[in-house]
Amino acid sequence: MAALTRRTRVWHGLVLAVFGLYFAAPLVASFVFTVDVPGQGLTGQAYADILGAPGFTDGLGLSLLLAVATIVLVLALVVPAMVAVRLRPGRLGTVVEVLCTLPLVVPPIAFVAGIGSILQLGPERLSDTPLYQTFLAVQDERFPVALVLSYTVLALPFVFRSLDSGLRAIDVPTLTEAARNCGASWWQVLVRVLLPNLRSSLAGAAFLTLALVLGEYTIARILTFETFPVWIVKVSGSEARLSVAVSLLSLLITWLLLLALSSAGTRAKTASEE
Amino acid sequence: MTITQTKPGAGVEFRALRRTFGSTVALDGLDLTVAPGELLALLGPSGCGKTTALRMVAGFDHPDSGQVLVDGVDIVGVPANKRDAGMVFQSYSLFPNLSARDNVAFGPRIRKVDAATRRARADELLAMVGLPTQGDRFPHQLSGGQQQRVALARALALQPRVLLLDEPLSALDAQVRLTLREEISRLQKNLGITTIFVTHDQEEALSMADRVAVLRDGRLEQCATPIELYHHPATAFVAEFVGTMNRIPGRLTGSGRVEVAGQQMPVIGDVPTQTAVDVLIRPEDVRVSADVDGPARVVTVSFLGPTTRLFVELPDGIGIKADLATRQASGLGPGAAVRVELAEHPVMVSASR
Repeated sequence: MAALTRRTRVWHGLVLAVFGLYFAAPLVASFVFTVDVPGQGLTGQAYADILGAPGFTDGLGLSLLLAVATIVLVLALVVPAMVAVRLRPGRLGTVVEVLCTLPLVVPPIAFVAGIGSILQLGPERLSDTPLYQTFLAVQDERFPVALVLSYTVLALPFVFRSLDSGLRAIDVPTLTEAARNCGASWWQVLVRVLLPNLRSSLAGAAFLTLALVLGEYTIARILTFETFPVWIVKVSGSEARLSVAVSLLSLLITWLLLLALSSAGTRAKTASEE
Repeated sequence: MTITQTKPGAGVEFRALRRTFGSTVALDGLDLTVAPGELLALLGPSGCGKTTALRMVAGFDHPDSGQVLVDGVDIVGVPANKRDAGMVFQSYSLFPNLSARDNVAFGPRIRKVDAATRRARADELLAMVGLPTQGDRFPHQLSGGQQQRVALARALALQPRVLLLDEPLSALDAQVRLTLREEISRLQKNLGITTIFVTHDQEEALSMADRVAVLRDGRLEQCATPIELYHHPATAFVAEFVGTMNRIPGRLTGSGRVEVAGQQMPVIGDVPTQTAVDVLIRPEDVRVSADVDGPARVVTVSFLGPTTRLFVELPDGIGIKADLATRQASGLGPGAAVRVELAEHPVMVSASR
C-alpha cells in the first residue's frame, strides 16, 4: 500500500512537472529574451522603456476603458434577463441560453466581417438620416462604442455560464418572494438580495470579460482601432524585446487581477462563515 | 415599540376566487372568511389550491376573478411589497449573505427604520422565537428548525396584521416539527395575529388551528373547528381525508338505516340513490374482542403507543381497521379469531367505488 502511495506520489509529481514545464518554459524563455541582450548582458531596459513607449498608455488605457464599459453593459444586459428567466421558467430560458451561447460558434473573423461591412455601408446609405451621425459616433477612436458592442456579444457565453452556476446555487424565486414580502421593491430585490448572493459569479463574469477584452486582437485590428493587443503586435515589428516585455507584463497584471478576485471570493466566504 | 404591542389581527376574506393555470383549475370560486386573530389551516391534498389561495394574500399570485379582502378592502391590485402580510415559506428562504439578525432586520431596513431600533427589534424577535444568542450566525450555520424560526421572526418584524405560513414545517424532522408547531400556536395566540396556515398534514392542522378549511379541487369542502370536522364531517371527502376512515360495503335498507357487517346503523348526511353503498366508519368506532368462535381474523397488529391498530378480515373477505387501547389489544395477535362490532353511532355513507 505504502509502495503504491509512493508510486502515485511520483506520478502526481511527474504530471505536475510536465504541466508546469508546459506553462513555464515559454514564459521563462520570453523573460530571458527580454533581459538578456546580446552584447549588453543582463538588462531591464526593455521594462524601463515600457512606460515611455509611444502608444503604450493610450493602448492600455483604451483597452481598460473598453473592458470596464463591456463589463457594465454585458452585466446590465444579462443579469436582469437571467433573473427574469429564473422567476418565470418557460421556453424563454432556452432562448436566452441559446442566444448567449451562440457567439461561441461564430468565428470572430466572420463576426467582424459582418460588423465591418455594416459600419462601412451604413453611413453611405444613411447619409441623409440622423443614423449617419450614430454610425460615426460608434466608431469614435477615443471611445469606439462599436468595439464595446462587439465585445459584449463575445463575452455573452462566458458571462452566461458564470452567472448560470451562481444562480443555480440560490433559490431565486423564494429569495425574491421573501424580499418582496419584507417590503423590497424589484430594484431592492436585485441590489440587496440577489447581487450580494451572486458576488463570486459576478466577479468571475467580470474577470472573464476583462481577460477577453484585454486580449482581443482580431476585431480591433480589422476595425482599425489601436487597442492594447493591437499596439503590442505593432511594436513587435520594430521593437521585439519591448513587445515581449509588455506581453509578460500584461500576463502578470491579469494574474494579479485573478488573484485579487479569488482572494476577494475567499474573503467573502470566510466572512459569511464567521 | 415592543413586539408584544402588535397591531390587531385583520379579517381576511376570499370572495369567489378563481384561478386557472392553462387547463388546470387551481381555485374554482373559493369563498372563505378568516376572523381577526384566528389561526385558520388550509388543508387538502396537493393541487387543491391551498397554496395558490395563500399566495394571493401575499400578492405572489393573482386571481382571474374574485376578491381578496383584508379588513373589507380588496387588495388584489396591491403590489406584494406593499401588503401588510408576513410570510414563512416552505423551503428555507433566509438570505444567505445576511446573519440571522440582519435577516430579521431586513424588512425594517427597507422601511428605513433606524439602525439601533431595528437591531433591538431583531434581537427581541430572535429571543421570542427561542434564538436569543444566534443573531450573529449565518443561515448555513443554523439547523433547519432554527432557520424556520428566524424566518418566522423575519415575517413578524414588520408587525404585519396577517401571518402566512406555507407548510413551514414540512422540511423538518418529526421531533423539531412537534416542538415548533406548539411554539407557533403559542406565539400566534400571544400576538393575536390573524394566521393562515397551509398544510397537507392533517395532524398539524387539527392540532394547531382554531378552524380548518378543507379544500378539494379549488373549492371549499368544509370549514369548521377541528372537533367538528372530525366528528361531523360535511362530506364523504372530508370524512375520509381527515383522520383514518374505513370504507366498508353496506346496503341501504330504507328508513334512514344501513346494514353493514351484520349490523343495522342509522345514516347521517347525504344518502345516495342506489342501495349498495360504502359505509364510513372510524377505526376507534370498531370494537374487536377475542372470541374463539368469532367469524373474523386478525391479520396484522401495529403498535402505536397508547393505541394499537388491528387490521381485521371479516368473514366475507372485507378488511377493516380497528383502533384499540393497547391494554385491550394485548392478547390479540395475527391469526387470532375475533368478533367485530361497530359502535352504535350514526354513520356516513357514500356511493360505492
